[in-house]
Amino acid sequence: MSTQNMVTPLDIRRIILEQSKRAGVGHIGSALSIADIVAALYESALHIPDPDDPERDRFVLSKGHAALALYATCFLKGWLSEEALNTYCGDGSHLGVHPELGVAGIDFASGSLGQGLSIGTGCALAARLQHSSRRVFVLLSDAECNEGSVWEAVMFAAHHRLSNLVAIIDVNGQQAIGYTRDVLDLSPLTEKWKAFQWDVHAVDGNDAAQVKRVLESLDTAAGPPHVLVAKTVFGKGVSFMEQQIRWHYMPLSDDEYRQALVEIGVVS
Amino acid sequence: MRQAFVAALTELAGHDERIMLLTGDLGFMLLEPFARRFPGRFINVGVAEQNMVGIATGLAEAGMIPYVYSISPFAVLRPYEFIRNGPIYHRLPVRIVGAGGGFDYAHEGISHFAIEDIGVLRLQPGMTVIAPADHEQARSAIMGTWNLPGPIYYRLGKGDRTAIPGLDGKFALGRLQTVREGADLVMIAMGSIANEAAKAIGLLAQRGISCALAVVASVSPAPIADLMEVLSRFRVALTVEVHYLSGGVGSLVAEMIAEGCLPCRLVRCGVKTTPAGVTGSPAYMLQVHELTGAQLAETAVKTLQQI
Repeated sequence: MSTQNMVTPLDIRRIILEQSKRAGVGHIGSALSIADIVAALYESALHIPDPDDPERDRFVLSKGHAALALYATCFLKGWLSEEALNTYCGDGSHLGVHPELGVAGIDFASGSLGQGLSIGTGCALAARLQHSSRRVFVLLSDAECNEGSVWEAVMFAAHHRLSNLVAIIDVNGQQAIGYTRDVLDLSPLTEKWKAFQWDVHAVDGNDAAQVKRVLESLDTAAGPPHVLVAKTVFGKGVSFMEQQIRWHYMPLSDDEYRQALVEIGVVS
Repeated sequence: MRQAFVAALTELAGHDERIMLLTGDLGFMLLEPFARRFPGRFINVGVAEQNMVGIATGLAEAGMIPYVYSISPFAVLRPYEFIRNGPIYHRLPVRIVGAGGGFDYAHEGISHFAIEDIGVLRLQPGMTVIAPADHEQARSAIMGTWNLPGPIYYRLGKGDRTAIPGLDGKFALGRLQTVREGADLVMIAMGSIANEAAKAIGLLAQRGISCALAVVASVSPAPIADLMEVLSRFRVALTVEVHYLSGGVGSLVAEMIAEGCLPCRLVRCGVKTTPAGVTGSPAYMLQVHELTGAQLAETAVKTLQQI
């Protein structure tokens, strides 16, 4: 692979900060927390020779509010031009805070939590019925598991042993206006998914190499569906954002932006 | 209409292997012919309508044509946002099949009534909405629309025996079916209640009143040109539907009259108040909401006297 198509967590974080600053919008912390997971997915697990190839693996960003991490990745893969990336949140742009249709590399629009795993389940079922080796990866947030519909899909995928379905939960411990342990405690989350008969892997979601290794180890040809319960730090890489509720929504000031770029290591 | 649906779908599935049938754990003594013939393309997803529509979205994105079946409110209202963000927004050929229009499941209570399904789906651009008036028209509609791009909602009445006189299974997207000509007023009906409208027209004829009957089965796309033409010929129109007055065919016709500046007096016959807390047979529920043939005839007479 040529270096220009490398997807690194650092580049994703840099683009998240640059674009959210340029556009003056929030959801920065949620996007930063999944940078390592998305890098691992696009560097290794996802088989996408071309974003229009019908036999490509599918990716559903069910936690749509972190779409900027995905746009950054589409840009790094060479599917999205720099000019298009720079329209993020501009008038008439296809790149909104949540994924819209019409962008190469975006398989499904999302934004309403609790719907992506059902769609991914349908994709996985279709691949099986069509005797295809396509696989489906769905990235959810932990608070998204508040939605009952998530568990409808969890039951269905396990019952039908959809081994080609991989869910990844970004467990950053935060939701829009509080910490998950205070709002609606999800623990023990790994035990819940185990009880629903999924193949469960607890991973450090901010360790791209570890996420990559686990993704590569999954048997997606037989057995139950898989879930990575990926512990992450909300706002990872920017000290003043880490685990701070306000960074679900707040845009960056000039000073904060400069400090954030220093902290992630792109400027000194 | 449910039997007609299963027979038609089983026939279509024999010709096109993209067709699938998903049910939210309903359809006992109904879906078996399809399930027996195509076991690999039939899935009972369990009592989980949101997941059913989400799965259908994923299936359709991969090129399949999934039909999802449940009783109308469970097929439409529970997964409404899944329908909006999934097949409607992604323009995918998911077919929502709702059993029971209006009070077809009268004894089951308000949870099972389909009295706002047309309204909530009619307002979504890109959603085809079809409400056949009898089983013959249901068959024509299903055979004529199965491979349309984009999503479709079929509102299917429970009855498979009563045919609307003069309809003869006619159906065309975006068209109105005029099943009886008349001179004094027109009734415009949606769904199997067209049969009560037909009875009303018989009663009116005995009193020397000549009433036309038109059926709207293609609710979206609406039969705009046909409706304009019919409405411009009559001074009085009654819309007849087992649906709340807002959002259904009464609303559609009101929009046509207003936008066309037509000198036509409209009376919307439908469900005016929430039918919670009242139970009985479908016929009884029609009586309560003044939708029987005799009551519709009375409404027509009173309206004609007022103008």
